[in-house]
Amino acid sequence: MRLNGSQIICQALLNEGVDTVFGIPGGAIMPLYQTLPQFPGLRHILVRHEQGAAMAADGYGRATGNVGVCFATSGPGATNMVTGLAGAMMDSVPVVAVTGQVTREAIGKDAFQETDVTGVTLPVLKHNYLVMTAAELPRVMKEAFYLARSGRPGPVLVDVPKDVFVEEAEFEYPETVELPGYPPPTYADEEAVKRAAELIAEAKRPVVMAGHGIIISQAYKELQEFAEKGQFPVSTTLLGISSFKTDHVLNIGLPGMHGSAFASHAINDSDLLIGLGMRFDDRVTSKVSLFAPKAKVIHVDIDPAELGKNVPPTIGIVGNVKHVLQQLTPLVERADRREWLAHIDQLRMKHPLFRDESDDQIRPQDVIQQISDLTDGKAIIATGVGQHQMWAAQLYNFAEYNSFVTSGGLGSMGYEVPSAMGAQVACPDRVVWTLAGDGGFQMTMMELATMVENHIPVKIALINNFSLGMVRQWQDIFYNHDYVATLYTGNPDFVKLAEAFGMKGIRATTKSEVGPAVAEAMETDGPVLVDFQVEMTENVYPFIPPGTGVDAMVEDPRLVEGRS
Amino acid sequence: MAMQDSLQQHTVVALVYDRPGVLNRVVSMVRRRAFNISSLAVGHSEIPGLSRMTFVVEGDDTLLAQVMSQLRKLVDVVRVSDMNTENSVFRELCLLRVKADAETRSEVMQIANIFRANIVDVAHDSLVVEITGDEDKVESLALLMEKFGVLEIMRSGRLAMVRGSVWEADTAAKAAAPSWTENGVGRARAQTEGSQPAAVLPPG
Repeated sequence: MRLNGSQIICQALLNEGVDTVFGIPGGAIMPLYQTLPQFPGLRHILVRHEQGAAMAADGYGRATGNVGVCFATSGPGATNMVTGLAGAMMDSVPVVAVTGQVTREAIGKDAFQETDVTGVTLPVLKHNYLVMTAAELPRVMKEAFYLARSGRPGPVLVDVPKDVFVEEAEFEYPETVELPGYPPPTYADEEAVKRAAELIAEAKRPVVMAGHGIIISQAYKELQEFAEKGQFPVSTTLLGISSFKTDHVLNIGLPGMHGSAFASHAINDSDLLIGLGMRFDDRVTSKVSLFAPKAKVIHVDIDPAELGKNVPPTIGIVGNVKHVLQQLTPLVERADRREWLAHIDQLRMKHPLFRDESDDQIRPQDVIQQISDLTDGKAIIATGVGQHQMWAAQLYNFAEYNSFVTSGGLGSMGYEVPSAMGAQVACPDRVVWTLAGDGGFQMTMMELATMVENHIPVKIALINNFSLGMVRQWQDIFYNHDYVATLYTGNPDFVKLAEAFGMKGIRATTKSEVGPAVAEAMETDGPVLVDFQVEMTENVYPFIPPGTGVDAMVEDPRLVEGRS
Repeated sequence: MAMQDSLQQHTVVALVYDRPGVLNRVVSMVRRRAFNISSLAVGHSEIPGLSRMTFVVEGDDTLLAQVMSQLRKLVDVVRVSDMNTENSVFRELCLLRVKADAETRSEVMQIANIFRANIVDVAHDSLVVEITGDEDKVESLALLMEKFGVLEIMRSGRLAMVRGSVWEADTAAKAAAPSWTENGVGRARAQTEGSQPAAVLPPG
């Protein structure tokens, strides 16, 4: 069958099971766009900024594990996507981006809207392609999807010159890929697994740290079996949240900089850390030499380069964590760890995360707890980056697996709105709430138009503290309350703004209004924005300052008072 | 980074696809991970479509393991091997332009001769000397030539090749095993999904 480049791309998308594409057209990618009507199986969602397209594709990818797809034109269209794609890379999210490029003969001539997009994106992607003939497109598309979703997933970009879109070639979609330099690991070396089981048998105070790998490989059942059999307390990293039920008795919550104090103390006291599909990020470890000083480390990851990158493991195991757990759990003895778990429970009682205040001011934590209660923990929660993100990680009671969509590694503010949009499109039957900071929200709020236009019923909880809260918090702690460039004195009226976009806007300014506002948003069809005007000076605790260890942990002064 | 004392030189050879941009991918990775390489040599291999790159990397064993893992992670890198003086030969080509007039020319040529170096160009006031060998040999010659005046030096960077006549597939597989810690690491069974298993390919 002879097809042109555009048709080959569209047919490849269908072959790969794609149903939705986020993007914006432009000169160089027009031939592809003009071909879309021939492929009614592909729903195109016209976003308002290409960053939104990449972040929506990322949200779609996270929520489903399927590859999220985005389109952009050459030059500014493609460069606008870079932040979104870099975030997908840091967080191992399967995304395929197709960008238009100037015609082949114009490449390298600084043509109109020309950017060396493969060069620009090379350091922030899993892989990319500049496709110089239509004949290569079937193989390239096949490889792009295979690379995006296999092994450690990640974003792949396919850059296509305008004249390649219209060039004809024979279309036969390959069934396999030939990538001898890319063998994704599956089951682990049995010797290493055996030695891991031996270390586990010797351990008195083990802690499991579960990361994104559990979610990517859908090893929820395996993790639960492993943890229950060995009676391991489980700390879920930021991206590991919702890989293990929040209210499970063994769940000790978030580790690291803003992790629960009891998780940090448990890790600090531990004699064996079992890292599963996680990468010992600096926000988890703080100063590596002070991190879990008494612990041996078993580190399981699908990416061999993660082993020994940040924390040298006692035993490193390369493999798909689902398969590794299937190998490891049978070798683990049923254990009685009442003493260790009782110790952690004591820590938990001594170090609660939040205390309700008696006044009627809204604290960001109140909003998250209300949303958690009123959704029974069953919503998909997307967030931006900063204080509200940390409170969401600490306080939302996740009852469903893979329900936390957040920009972890890159920490991109502005992620909240487009990623929630992508997750909602991917999961039309789920309730999607996005927790937005007023800072991040204003970076991508143009996508409200996309939500309204496409009937994407995301509920937006704007945690509005009229400031860049996390930076303001650091100014409190490290810069003597010197609020340089962190206070918004001219925020728009967000309710009117929502209404201007054609969606419902609700405002809540007192604590008693929070519950009703959340309920009203949930009863409303379509997208809703709730402007929660919260106490501005609230800080995220606990806090382990960067470059220190657990000993330097700062807890909420109000809670510390309450203890003494 | 480890202390200066524990810095060692490691020779890493990578078999890579000969495609536009591959060198860029490799070098970009080395730069953004802040690895320190003291030489890099690239050229075609015996297999059409594949090239070999020889890196000299400075750092301790942990860093070497990271360099190798990060190289392997690149899709266009097919195989990576750690070469050492016991299992491999190292060679480098160096061109030196040495000041030499009628008075000194014969002495320069004599020294070149001792080093089995070739004179590949002669001018009134200089000679171009070509020498092949390991770095020590090249550097010794350069040092001796300083007396006459070294006008220009061009070095190819280190090339490395495993000794022995046949490369066996299982040796290749061993060379590919990560070895970042004294405790060793479990190597996963690879999922090949119809692709050619890397083990049947020659060394990186």
